[in-house]
Amino acid sequence: MAKDNHPRGECAINAAPTISRPAKPGPAAVELRGITKRFPGVVANHDIDLTVRRGTVHALCGENGAGKSTLMKILYGMQKPDEGTITLDGEQAALGTPADAIARGIGMVHQHFMLADNLTVLENVVLGAEKLHGIAGKARAKIMEISDAYGLSIRPDVLVEDLGVADRQRVEILKVLYRGARTLILDEPTAVLVPQEVDALFDNLRELKSEGLTVIFISHKLGEVLSVADDITVIRRGTTVASVEPSKTTPKQLAELMVGSELPSPETRESTVTDTPMLGVADLRLSATDSDGVVRTVLDGITFTIHKGEVLGVAGVEGNGQAELVEAIIGTRTLDAGTVTLDGQDLSGASTRKRREDGIGYVPEDRHRHGLLLEAPLWENRILGHVTERPNSKGRLLDLAGARKDTERIVAEYDVRTPGIEVTAASLSGGNQQKLIVGREMSHHPKLLIAAHPTRGVDVGAQAQIWEQIRAARREGLAVLLISADLDELIGLSDTLRVMYRGRLVADADPATITPEELGSAMTGAASGHLTAEDADTREGGDRE
Amino acid sequence: MKTLTRSLTKDKVLLALAAPLLAVAAAFVISSLVFLASGENPLRAYWIMVDYGHYSDSQVWIINKAVPYYLSALAVAIGFRMNLFNIGVDGQYRLAAFAAAAVGGAIALPGALQIILLIVIAMLVGAVWAGIAGVLKTSRGVSEVITTIMLNAIAASVIGYFLQDGRLAIKDGNLLHTKFLPESSHFFSFPTDPKPVYGFVVIAALAGFVYWFVLNRTRFGFDLRAVGTSEPAAEASGVSVKRMVVISMLLSGAAAGLVGMPTLLNESFNYGTDFPAGIGFTGIAIALLGRNHPVGMACGALLWAFLDRTGSRLEFEGYAQEIVGVIQGVIVLCVVIAYEIVRRYGLRAQQRKVGEELAAQARTNPGENDKAEATA
Repeated sequence: MAKDNHPRGECAINAAPTISRPAKPGPAAVELRGITKRFPGVVANHDIDLTVRRGTVHALCGENGAGKSTLMKILYGMQKPDEGTITLDGEQAALGTPADAIARGIGMVHQHFMLADNLTVLENVVLGAEKLHGIAGKARAKIMEISDAYGLSIRPDVLVEDLGVADRQRVEILKVLYRGARTLILDEPTAVLVPQEVDALFDNLRELKSEGLTVIFISHKLGEVLSVADDITVIRRGTTVASVEPSKTTPKQLAELMVGSELPSPETRESTVTDTPMLGVADLRLSATDSDGVVRTVLDGITFTIHKGEVLGVAGVEGNGQAELVEAIIGTRTLDAGTVTLDGQDLSGASTRKRREDGIGYVPEDRHRHGLLLEAPLWENRILGHVTERPNSKGRLLDLAGARKDTERIVAEYDVRTPGIEVTAASLSGGNQQKLIVGREMSHHPKLLIAAHPTRGVDVGAQAQIWEQIRAARREGLAVLLISADLDELIGLSDTLRVMYRGRLVADADPATITPEELGSAMTGAASGHLTAEDADTREGGDRE
Repeated sequence: MKTLTRSLTKDKVLLALAAPLLAVAAAFVISSLVFLASGENPLRAYWIMVDYGHYSDSQVWIINKAVPYYLSALAVAIGFRMNLFNIGVDGQYRLAAFAAAAVGGAIALPGALQIILLIVIAMLVGAVWAGIAGVLKTSRGVSEVITTIMLNAIAASVIGYFLQDGRLAIKDGNLLHTKFLPESSHFFSFPTDPKPVYGFVVIAALAGFVYWFVLNRTRFGFDLRAVGTSEPAAEASGVSVKRMVVISMLLSGAAAGLVGMPTLLNESFNYGTDFPAGIGFTGIAIALLGRNHPVGMACGALLWAFLDRTGSRLEFEGYAQEIVGVIQGVIVLCVVIAYEIVRRYGLRAQQRKVGEELAAQARTNPGENDKAEATA
């Protein structure tokens, strides 16, 4: 995929992203060419090229938000691409609905299972496919036949609510096979499994492959991808950046491909760190009830201090408590224990509004959900989060003129590309939405800026501008808490690095000496304590969970 | 840039008019088909309605009827702006009116004082009754749809219990009602011919203005709208969503408390078994019709009252009585669908326009071309 004219900088990767492979007999099971999908305000996929050979397990890997799921939804007919072609078994296909995809032999196992708990396995499998083999004896025979053929060990009469996660997943796979799928898409199938279950799943996948079926396997876990896939395609920032063979690559190289070494680089070197503590977090503990009703500790023993002029970067695989940490500091979660102090003031029990008034600026991870009112005009979005502060209000009344005027200023100063401030936030591109948010937060002179994945889904130009804003904030003596999955961004911008794993801060590192690979191994829990270069080398390959 | 802002404003006005026009046209066509299907001449029916509606006694009747409709729609709209569905306006206003009538019949304070007291009582009772649903939602996660429906039933039973001879009611022929309010608590009215227009229309207009002002011009209103637009964004911005749910239920209930007041203070002067019921449900339809906009809902309330009035006339002219109900339903459906179509179209059109404008800007500033292209 590394075309000569590719705009991104994967030339830095020395290890063989193979450009073309020897032609295999017969057409590819799935071939995507030039797929582009735009959503209002954001380009989810562009110029995707993907070739999946029949009878292989093809891994599609990339970070969260890189555009993997959108791509798979396009292939499964849930989204229509704006540009590009889909070719199945050498024949061009137009997939308008999942039904079309199923008819063409494509099946999908979603990350979140779609099973009715109060029905049996058999009932779940035939549900919606009653026309195929009826609902009784013939269906049962077919189910057992599939189950035996691929070693799925299905018990058709058990209620789904009595099944564990791994069993449910097998039922989902069987459901797809029952509908005649020859190509299976598995969306992050290992996210919910424990290691032994992962191994069992991989055995199933190998079984499917040996019977001539094709599996597209979506994951961001490098070790797994390398152990099960025949081919790997890496997707980054919405586009395919490389195709590699597992035998010719290492987790290190794959990580580099996923994370990318983007230009321009986010380097910040001259230190502005002072001795004045700004944010103090001590012994934070937080538990939450997950979707199964089990209470789990999501944050435990979190202690750190950010000084004025310091950027503290938190690295970690998504879902290890970073989002909860942000929510704990911003005050939308109630702590079980611990304290949060800002500039010497204890805010542990304060409301979110009080915390924001007292100087916490917030660039949220999911700007559409937490940062904007998408259908409201830009100037109302400028008010959001700062309704009690000037220039948005005087006393208890809104100051519409003041807010409008200041929105014009933000648009000009922060280079938000928009034809005016009356348009809705939804009509701006992701980068411009983010610039508006950063501008809004910086306009209230925060003491602490929380930036969660500030450049995710943002184009390169806006990315550089946002990095510059964070650097400027640091120069002005702000404390910045930076959470990111882009390791280059973390290393480049941070003064101090911490690694979060299963709700704890397990390791720290000096961004001046650490490399993304070393950080990567700590993120999977393989390394802890103070990370140095030697440390990570001895733990090579440790990023397999 | 200026021209685009202007053309966006122009588009906005056009779109705002497009939706109701589209809806009325569609409703007109469908209603005509309904008339035709029932073997009647639609044009004659429309003529009868217009002709009957233009008499001055009809107009007075329509305005007086529209006042409680409008207040009810306001109460529902407060909830709608928060993504809350207060189906319980019906129970809230009836219980509120009953409480006010019971108190009003028992005491006699001087003039204005008594009226203010009765209105305050009604708003308080409405607020408390709706507040129960708000508290249950935030503390126990019970859907307000369920609780308000149940509270409607409970309100009806409570009234039924007290509205008996020897308790709070007196027997008057076939009817049971509370004691008459003293002369001093009668609300003023405009002496029109042949019947007066209720003075409570002023209170309704005032309530509409307060509704608009609080929502659009105050910090509180901004918070409320933010919750209605996006709960997670509002929470991250510092709004306590739970507190907001309770407050908006209280406000919705207080507005509901006003619904029965024009009838009580301007017309019946007591709460009896013949006190109008079901206005709370009409309010839902009118809030939908008026898209929660204070002026839109006023138009909706008048239209509804017009159909009520002229529909009854159709019966005399040999049409089926139910046909007006069908027309009302068709109108609501058409409005809801038309607004959604126009909203989506408007959003898409704006996105396209913004994209084109930015692309044009990028062409004229080639230096910044690369960045703009990446964002386009």
